[in-house]
Amino acid sequence: MTDQHARGLFLRSMPSPFLVTAALILLGLVIENSTNAYTQDVVLWIFTNIILAASLNLVSGFTGQFSLGHAGFMAVGAYLSAWCSFRPEFQALPDLLRFTLLPAIGGLGAAIAGYIVGLPSLRLRGDYLAIVTLGFGEIIRVTLLNTEAVGGARGLNRIPATEGWLEMGLSPYLAQFSIASFWTVVTITTLWRIVHSQKGRIFLSVREDEIAAEAMGVNVTQAKVRAFVISAFFAGVGGSLFAHSVKYLSPATFSFTKSVDIIIMIVLGGMGSFTGSVIAAIFITLVPEFVLRPLQEITKVDLRMVIYSLILILFMIMRPTGLLGTREWSDFAWVKKLMRAISQLLKRGSDGDSSSSTSPSGASR
Amino acid sequence: MEASQQEFLQHLLNGVTLGSIYALIALGYTMVYGILQLINFAHSEVYMMGAFAAYYTGRSLNLDQSPGVLSFIILLVAAIVACSVLGLTIERLAYRPLRKAPKLNILITAIGVSLLLQYSAQIIFGAEPKLFPEVLADRTLFTVAEVEVRTLDITIFLVGTLAMGGLHFLIHHTRLGMAMRAVSVNGPVASLMGINVDRIIMWTFVVGSSLAAVGSVLVGLKYPKIDPLMGMLIGIKAFVAAVLGGIGSLPGAMLGGIFLGLSEEMVVAYLSSTYRDALAFGILIVVLLFRPAGLMGTPVREKV
Amino acid sequence: MSDEILLEAKKVGMEFGGLKAVDAFDLQLRRGELVGLIGPNGAGKTTCFNCLTGVYKPTSGEVIIRGVNTRGLKTHEVSRLGMTRTFQNIRLFKELSVLDNVIIAGLQHARQSVLDDVLRHPRHYVEEARTRERALELLRIFNLEGKADLPSSSLPYGEQRRLEIVRALATEPRVILLDEPAAGMNDKETEDLMHLIAQIRRDFRLTVLLIEHDMRLVMGICERIIVLDHGCIIAQGTPAQIKCDPAVIAAYLGVDEKTTEAT
Repeated sequence: MTDQHARGLFLRSMPSPFLVTAALILLGLVIENSTNAYTQDVVLWIFTNIILAASLNLVSGFTGQFSLGHAGFMAVGAYLSAWCSFRPEFQALPDLLRFTLLPAIGGLGAAIAGYIVGLPSLRLRGDYLAIVTLGFGEIIRVTLLNTEAVGGARGLNRIPATEGWLEMGLSPYLAQFSIASFWTVVTITTLWRIVHSQKGRIFLSVREDEIAAEAMGVNVTQAKVRAFVISAFFAGVGGSLFAHSVKYLSPATFSFTKSVDIIIMIVLGGMGSFTGSVIAAIFITLVPEFVLRPLQEITKVDLRMVIYSLILILFMIMRPTGLLGTREWSDFAWVKKLMRAISQLLKRGSDGDSSSSTSPSGASR
Repeated sequence: MEASQQEFLQHLLNGVTLGSIYALIALGYTMVYGILQLINFAHSEVYMMGAFAAYYTGRSLNLDQSPGVLSFIILLVAAIVACSVLGLTIERLAYRPLRKAPKLNILITAIGVSLLLQYSAQIIFGAEPKLFPEVLADRTLFTVAEVEVRTLDITIFLVGTLAMGGLHFLIHHTRLGMAMRAVSVNGPVASLMGINVDRIIMWTFVVGSSLAAVGSVLVGLKYPKIDPLMGMLIGIKAFVAAVLGGIGSLPGAMLGGIFLGLSEEMVVAYLSSTYRDALAFGILIVVLLFRPAGLMGTPVREKV
Repeated sequence: MSDEILLEAKKVGMEFGGLKAVDAFDLQLRRGELVGLIGPNGAGKTTCFNCLTGVYKPTSGEVIIRGVNTRGLKTHEVSRLGMTRTFQNIRLFKELSVLDNVIIAGLQHARQSVLDDVLRHPRHYVEEARTRERALELLRIFNLEGKADLPSSSLPYGEQRRLEIVRALATEPRVILLDEPAAGMNDKETEDLMHLIAQIRRDFRLTVLLIEHDMRLVMGICERIIVLDHGCIIAQGTPAQIKCDPAVIAAYLGVDEKTTEAT
């Protein structure tokens, strides 16, 4: 491949994340003007859940390491970000900068936690790893419970949130929506591009056969730690978004049940499919709010976890690959056909830009 | 005798009592793991259901009106029957269809079953704690070196020892036990030798669940408030005990249980009660990182 | 052939809970050699391989690859010293494509960073194209190019074995250890495979250590043969010497009559 060709592909890969973010913000405008405040909040949770599910999928679906402590990393991000937002040093920063950057800080904190957890425990396999991550998740929760600086058992209240960016014409909700969609696009783009690179295949090789991977020169421990750190980073980002949209944190939120929630999303969507994670995250956020909650008001019984656990069991027995297995949206024949048609249309528009890229969809997501 | 020394002995006694309960439940984890290489997450909920089965039996027969050994045995039998049936059902409906599936899928299923039982129980029994029938009066039986030895402590210790002794006899001196050992060493070969592996697995669930049932009644007597979430913490602790002793090893589970019970009691007595529940996780992580085979297990090597 | 020693084992021993699987295993592999390691089932051949490649940590002795003592090195570090292997019980990355299997093995020579990948930097495209091209070229040599996009588990058995060799070659090794590459193949396939091994050794200037259970296969292509029984070397020498060695005949007679008849 010539340098010029490579540069062309690079330039072509640039705009799509920005375009998707812009499109999402437009969607936010529609949602703000057409729905009530409650629905608007639920939409924000969808973004958080997409980030959490996609990040766990990197570790469990793509690298094959089962983690039961994802809520712990989310908690680290949420608490760190919330704590920072109370600090006067931070409050001096402009609103736009402050709330766009906080998720990164939460993410960094969680990534460090991920490194600390990952390094020693990744020598373990399968169910042992699951138990240790469960243990670490609980330890993070118990630590928060006993840390007075973040409210202990009482939790943190009235967490600051963006007040809107009036100079840009964005209301508080739209500003929050923009931050959430920006970080969701960053998460999905980063994870997608990592996995859909040759180096990202290393994660898959660890999932497939650790011993063979090692014999082929793959540093398996490094790959696992990387997966854990990247995954924890985005869990922290998700936690931070959660903190500033719900505005209240308590250690009880980040119990084992929260980790299971995220596991259900990746099991349902398909271990090893980001598309599946996105779909399942949307579904799992909407169904409890718009189906189970009304149902609960009629029956006076909270069936959410009963239904979730049934979903887990039935999927494992009847369809262990989840809805999509390891397929992504771009793997479906009709999508491929559509993409080809579009690229042909584009080609006719701008003549002669050779497009022999092998994975146009992968690069453009 | 000095007061501190007497206190220490009292804690020692409490620790052993608590530990024998952990050991009873740990045995269920370790037996299933030995045979199926599966962490049966639902075991803690089988235990919880045992307590509720005993509770409802006690209530419907008005057993707290007629305390005594007979009532105690009735509760035990009720819990054992209920837990065995539940254990068998779980094995048949959830685990058996996945016998050949990847381990991860079975693990997720086990978590699912555990949550299903936990939350169904909250709906069926209600989330608020219930008072377990008091069928054995907790009197001070006698005092040794100023340490009070109470009825319940003795009962728990005796019944626990009896149950574990019975298990030991079953495993080492009966045909069923021999078959169980054969299956745990090598299932496929055992089946070639004419052992009905499915049947052995069913028996394993029956025995493991029964031990949990015994544990649940003993706990119900000692700490009479029972609720649908009671299995969660004790289940994790019993699992830690099993891992500590070397998962798959029966003497290991007993040793691990007693060790954990003792160390918890000592931590609460001499450090702080806030660390009580963190201790189990701490021990778990240290054991898994430095000696994953546990105290009495043998390390497994993956075949290349 | 030169006198440079690429792989050396000094008194390597491996015990499993008191049971000696391999005892005092000595080996000197010179550049360009093709050496056969044979022995009856359970003689400790694969355990030898696992010790040499770092999958097992030998309980005694040392392994030296291209002048580097491998004590304390991880398996992937041993592999990066320029020695790789295939597996007796095929261990491909089953759900990944044939091409991906080869690409993963070649990645240790790729130069893009994670950041390049995430930003889709031009370097990402250049390096990916290069790695991919090299992988395809290897597949072409072994007639697997047409199946590049199929999942590796969908290949017929013989092709899976061949793909294992291709994948090993993609790490650009100097020494390759082949663990019963002909296991499960019929006579025709086996013969083709032996020609192939001789050929890649020439074309890639490889040094080869070959495990084989069936003696007659290695007689034709190996210069030197080491015979292992009960974890100990019982004989070594040229095929002609091995054929007449009474210890070897005894070892094989006791275990597998068919093989001995054939020699």
